[in-house]
Amino acid sequence: MKIVVPVKQVAALDDDFELLGDGSGVDPDFLQLDLNEWDAFSLEAALALREGDGGDGEVVVVTVGDEESEEALLGCLARGADRALRLWSDECRDADPLTVARLLAAAVARESPDLVLCGVQSSDAVNGATGVALAGYLEMPHVAVVKQLDYAAAESAATVKRELEGGLVEVLKVRLPALLTIQTGINEPRYANLRAIKQAREKPLQVSTPEQVGLEAGALAAAAGSRRRQLRPPDRGEGAEMLAGSAAEVATRIVEIVRERMS
Amino acid sequence: MSDVLVIAETRRGELREVSLELIAAALGVKQASGARLLVAILDQEPERFAPSLSADGVDELLLVPTPTEHFEAHVSQRALEELIEAERPGLVLLGHTIDSLGFGPAVAARRGLGFASDVISLSWEDGPVAGRGAYGDKLVAELDFPGKDCTLLMLRPGTFEAAEADPTHPESVPTRSVELALDGVAATEHVSFDEVQESDVDITKAPFLVSIGRAVEDKDEIPRFEALAQRLGATLSVSRPLVDAGWMPSARQVGQSGKTVKPRVYLALGISGAVQHLAGMRTAETIIAVNTDPEAPIFGVAHYGAVADLFEVVDELEQVLG
Ligand SMILES: Cc1cc2nc3c(=O)[nH]c(=O)nc-3n(C[C@H](O)[C@H](O)[C@H](O)COP(=O)(O)OP(=O)(O)OC[C@H]3O[C@@H](n4cnc5c(N)ncnc54)[C@H](O)[C@@H]3O)c2cc1C
Ligand SMILES: Nc1ncnc2c1ncn2[C@@H]1O[C@H](COP(=O)(O)O)[C@@H](O)[C@H]1O
Repeated sequence: MKIVVPVKQVAALDDDFELLGDGSGVDPDFLQLDLNEWDAFSLEAALALREGDGGDGEVVVVTVGDEESEEALLGCLARGADRALRLWSDECRDADPLTVARLLAAAVARESPDLVLCGVQSSDAVNGATGVALAGYLEMPHVAVVKQLDYAAAESAATVKRELEGGLVEVLKVRLPALLTIQTGINEPRYANLRAIKQAREKPLQVSTPEQVGLEAGALAAAAGSRRRQLRPPDRGEGAEMLAGSAAEVATRIVEIVRERMS
Repeated sequence: MSDVLVIAETRRGELREVSLELIAAALGVKQASGARLLVAILDQEPERFAPSLSADGVDELLLVPTPTEHFEAHVSQRALEELIEAERPGLVLLGHTIDSLGFGPAVAARRGLGFASDVISLSWEDGPVAGRGAYGDKLVAELDFPGKDCTLLMLRPGTFEAAEADPTHPESVPTRSVELALDGVAATEHVSFDEVQESDVDITKAPFLVSIGRAVEDKDEIPRFEALAQRLGATLSVSRPLVDAGWMPSARQVGQSGKTVKPRVYLALGISGAVQHLAGMRTAETIIAVNTDPEAPIFGVAHYGAVADLFEVVDELEQVLG
């Protein structure tokens, strides 16, 4: 069984971040990079399936990201992925989910996977859309927001639980090949040990341009779903009344407010 | 301007509230652009929802019967693709909900549409302009969709005030049956629903919640917060990561996939205020938030905030309470 896991290196803002002068983005000095929380769970699901399958399957991680995102790929290789792909061209910086999905689709189609496991969402962009858009390009059956996954090798199908609002869960069956978007809590992602972290560098990590995965010039621009005009601070309405002072003063005020509101 | 098409949402025989929010957002666009407003109902028995969607300003209700009893992503996907083909709308509005996220992005990809999800503001300047959160809602990105004949936007539930339908005058909005070839399109098979489990603690009834988030970091700290809640006369609730980690039962989880609560006081300790968390508590009467990050989105909904280390504040709370 071959499983492709698209993963993203996400950026979190420092507490004291600054915008670029023209408002088009965030000054990169203020970004903390990390593997997207959801993608740790989808990778773990893939690794567990490979192990359950007698271990002769293959787990391929793929990212659309610049050189810095290799950090995330190495982390995935250290946890047990077999191979990594990094796709990049400058057009992909701050790309919208359709652009990313279009590029992923070109690379993933060449792998002919049995299963594609995405995260439900990326913590920085919160599109919740790249996985299902990728399924659209690949014309692959898909289930979004999966919190349990049972693979039945004999039937080449999976029984999955889809998490709905309010904690309601739908149980459904889907045939493979399929794309699932994986929700947090589905498993307990493993850590990589030191030796594995060292060995990760020995594993194949291939870098490709859009052309190298078969996309024509202009294909990504045509796929792009939106254009970012501006990045601005949110409209916070009146905002909260901030409690100043020491922790002791804050605690005293909290108790006062609670007593007043609860009486 | 071409039509605005709203896709209503139903689940287990009920209309979902977001449908009327989508209509309200669409009415804003209609006013600015002069578009017609079409509302499509994809359901095994779509006509039963027509009265509750007959809001002022809706020009036509499209009744689209589906072969499956429950939502099926590939059926919805095909239906929407065919509706877009036949009706040629300039703007399609869906909810940023679990069901719609299961097919909306695939339609946008396959048909080369303009697209944005989790949209929190919508205006019209010769075309749609959408606002959405960026970097965990610490910033807002403003998007437009140049060169797109049709744009699909997924709007965050609870952001647009719901339109009011007038079920007593269903005849006020014309309906049209749209028969699409949807047999054999489903790619998944519904097995069952796992119902939400009853629990001995009902956080939706608690008048005062002390709610803790990932910042607690250590399972062994939880008894301390339980004791604190008890001394304050509150009930302990949590954000999702503590349930995912298996530290607390799901009955204690506040948010989109947990409980929606409306206590008199909600004290959030070390919770960032992700959209799915806010979905469950933003209507609490008084929200007090303690967070080390002054930009944490929780401060955007809180009435009182303190930029402080929650452990230091809890030390002091324990002192004050004696
Ligand atoms: C489909 C879907 C459904 C979801 N449903 C829910 C749901 O029902 N409920 C829910 O909660 N989430 C839900 N989520 C997850 C949600 O997106 C967030 O990941 C989650 O809410 C984050 O929890 P948190 O705020 O505790 O953690 P984080 O976002 O990690 O925030 C921790 C906060 O603690 C602060 N902090 C750190 N140390 C300290 C300290 N010492 N003192 C004070 N503050 C500190 C940090 O500044 C940060 O703001 C859902 C996600 C998806 C995709
Ligand atoms: N740049 C990227 N490279 C690879 N996969 C991505 C990328 N962006 C998003 N994804 C995948 O899509 C999921 C959802 O992300 P998003 O749609 O941005 O919320 C992530 O969990 C990843 O699996």
